[in-house]
Amino acid sequence: MKTTIANLRKGEKAIIKDFDADIIPLKLLEMGCLPGNTVQLLQIAPFGDPLYLNVNGSHLAIRIETAREIEVDCITK
Amino acid sequence: MTKQNINVALIGNPNTGKTSVFNQLTGLNQQVGNYPGITVEKKVGFCKLAHNINANVIDLPGTYSLNASSADESVVIELLLNKNDKLFPDVIVVVSEVENLKRNLLLFTQIKDLEIPTILVINMIDRMKLKGISLDIPFLEEHLKTKIVLVSSRKNIGIEELKTAITTYKTITTEACLNASSIDDDYFNTLRKTFPNQSLYKLWLVITQDVNFADLNRKTLENESFTKSKSELKKLQQKETIKRYQFINDTLKTGLNIDSSIATDFRSKLDRILTHKVWGYLIFFVILFGIFQSIFEWSKIPMDFIDSSFASLSTAASENMPPGAFTNLIAQGIIPGIGGILMFIPQITFLFLFISILEESGYMSRVVFLMDKIMRRFGLSGKSVVPLISGTACAIPAIMATRNIENWKERLITILVTPLTTCSARLPVYAIIIGLVIPDKYLLGILNLQGLTLMLLYLIGFGMAILSAYILNKVLQLNCKTFFVVEMPNYKLPMFKNVMITVVEKTKAFVFGAGKIILAISVVLWFLASNGPSKDFRNAETIITSKTENATLSKVEIENKIAAYKLEKSYIGLMGKTIEPAISPLGYDWKIGVAIISSFAAREVFVGTLATIYSVGGSDNDNTIRNRMKEEINPETDQKIFNFASGISLLLFYAFAMQCISTLAVTKKETNSWKWPLGQLVFMSSFAYIVALIAYQLLK
Repeated sequence: MKTTIANLRKGEKAIIKDFDADIIPLKLLEMGCLPGNTVQLLQIAPFGDPLYLNVNGSHLAIRIETAREIEVDCITK
Repeated sequence: MTKQNINVALIGNPNTGKTSVFNQLTGLNQQVGNYPGITVEKKVGFCKLAHNINANVIDLPGTYSLNASSADESVVIELLLNKNDKLFPDVIVVVSEVENLKRNLLLFTQIKDLEIPTILVINMIDRMKLKGISLDIPFLEEHLKTKIVLVSSRKNIGIEELKTAITTYKTITTEACLNASSIDDDYFNTLRKTFPNQSLYKLWLVITQDVNFADLNRKTLENESFTKSKSELKKLQQKETIKRYQFINDTLKTGLNIDSSIATDFRSKLDRILTHKVWGYLIFFVILFGIFQSIFEWSKIPMDFIDSSFASLSTAASENMPPGAFTNLIAQGIIPGIGGILMFIPQITFLFLFISILEESGYMSRVVFLMDKIMRRFGLSGKSVVPLISGTACAIPAIMATRNIENWKERLITILVTPLTTCSARLPVYAIIIGLVIPDKYLLGILNLQGLTLMLLYLIGFGMAILSAYILNKVLQLNCKTFFVVEMPNYKLPMFKNVMITVVEKTKAFVFGAGKIILAISVVLWFLASNGPSKDFRNAETIITSKTENATLSKVEIENKIAAYKLEKSYIGLMGKTIEPAISPLGYDWKIGVAIISSFAAREVFVGTLATIYSVGGSDNDNTIRNRMKEEINPETDQKIFNFASGISLLLFYAFAMQCISTLAVTKKETNSWKWPLGQLVFMSSFAYIVALIAYQLLK
């Protein structure tokens, strides 16, 4: 099974892998959500959605269905 | 020596303190208007740079990139690409923030491609030490090909340096800092050959988005073979973004150094509490409750003061001016009309004060995060919270604030239900009716009953908005791709100057915008109330004095009777009487009817109208409007007109009815159809009537 941002645990860091540019909105790319950049899951909202992330130094929140589309490699400590 | 005037455009990501820099440069020398044809706010300020150079500073809407996804962002590129625009900038100032430099620079590299002299402001440098950040300015200036100014708009550092940099803008190179066209050389080379006179990046912007420029027609581009499929274009845009970030990452590797061991963890601690599943909601609720309690409590004294001052002014005017029609117009039409508006300045000021503090501090984004999941059950977005909260000030900016909701269905529903939230125009109506029918007592020693009623009305407004959204979500069949991105800015202590400028501007807009309508309507009403079509009106005196049952009355009582009789037979009286059958089941008399008719233009007119009507028809002993309304008695039932049942009925009517032409206009503009504003008008108003009817019949 592929790992996505939605699978991360709170506080976990990962590297963004490639994703389908047609599904992910350009705005998200412009905010730094690009292949090769690091992403950290900071907070999960009550009821499990949305997710609060630190992507490439930007703090932003996205919904879980978008997070499921972004594949990542976890950074093992 | 000739004076020189230059145009300076301020542009930057949201939350970079761009507006603070603008405020520091221009102070209160600002003009707020709209861009022609659209409702995007246009802010232009004036600044003296040197003894012979003045600048028009334009504060453009915040944007993350030049790829516009909303009307606000289109404004930015349209201005930057239209050389014929009166405000076309001689120099652009890109405002960035030291903690988010990486992301902020994306926009900067795009702007650089436009070949306009560009200055880079790095704001919030006062936080550098705290965050362990150091910058290599000469290196950055060399690679970004710009002049960098370090600024702290909060501590007022670097503003003079910025002014100097702007004055010497001609020394800055207009060369781009990276070659973005290398993402597809063949494509861009053909483009360059076909349009040798146009900037390449400008062509690219026109190809990828829906913007039109005066000197460059889309059609000429479409006819050529530059059309690519949407998906191909998007791939290219993605490539472009990656390319730009590569350049930025490389540049910042040397130019920016962050010692993460120094960075404090204040932000994540606060986030943990404010977005907590229990504390988060509790804090949000307490903040809302505090706001509404204070709006009512703190503004009481200044409001009473304004009310009684205008009452004595009115009395003084009628006593000291020569008697006649002109004096009556001043004393009974204009002065009470103006008083009716000014009385609500304290409450409106407090409301805007709190809203701008919540936005400035960064707390609003946490509320969006906290509420998104819940709001989605009702077909709304977490971002709908901002319109719903600012809707408590005014539905017009609130509806415009829905623009950052990415999903059209969520956005449409938010637009449709926002007018149900209690806007500041309802506040005057609520305030005066609550003051009349709800006792000024304390529950459990601390909770003011009047404040509690007000809070309840706000909750009813929110509740109805949410409920309508739920129904609309079920009824509307729209399929939209959902997507949601919200920036979580760092927490900041709100800047006093920014908050004050917002409060002053919004209050001014209320007083002058609403004030003009209220004043005009007051004068018209006064005329309609002091003239009548029939003989009865002119002969009021003889009719009343000749009645035998009046023979024993004192002189003052006779005068009151005459005045009341005149009012009843006046034009306005006849209008009110005509609709009385429709509104008497709701517990209203014809005077309230007149107020309701006149407030279909704007709600707040209600109070002004009653003020005018009661000034015309009353005696001079009891001179404040509130007291007169309190004493008003229905001749048929012998009960007070403003009793508990009719008061509650009126409150509910105003809570739900659609009585604001400006809101309907802005809904039309934002939805691009008459269908939605007409729906709002019909559904909200008929619902209001039914609820008010039920309430009165049950309570009387």
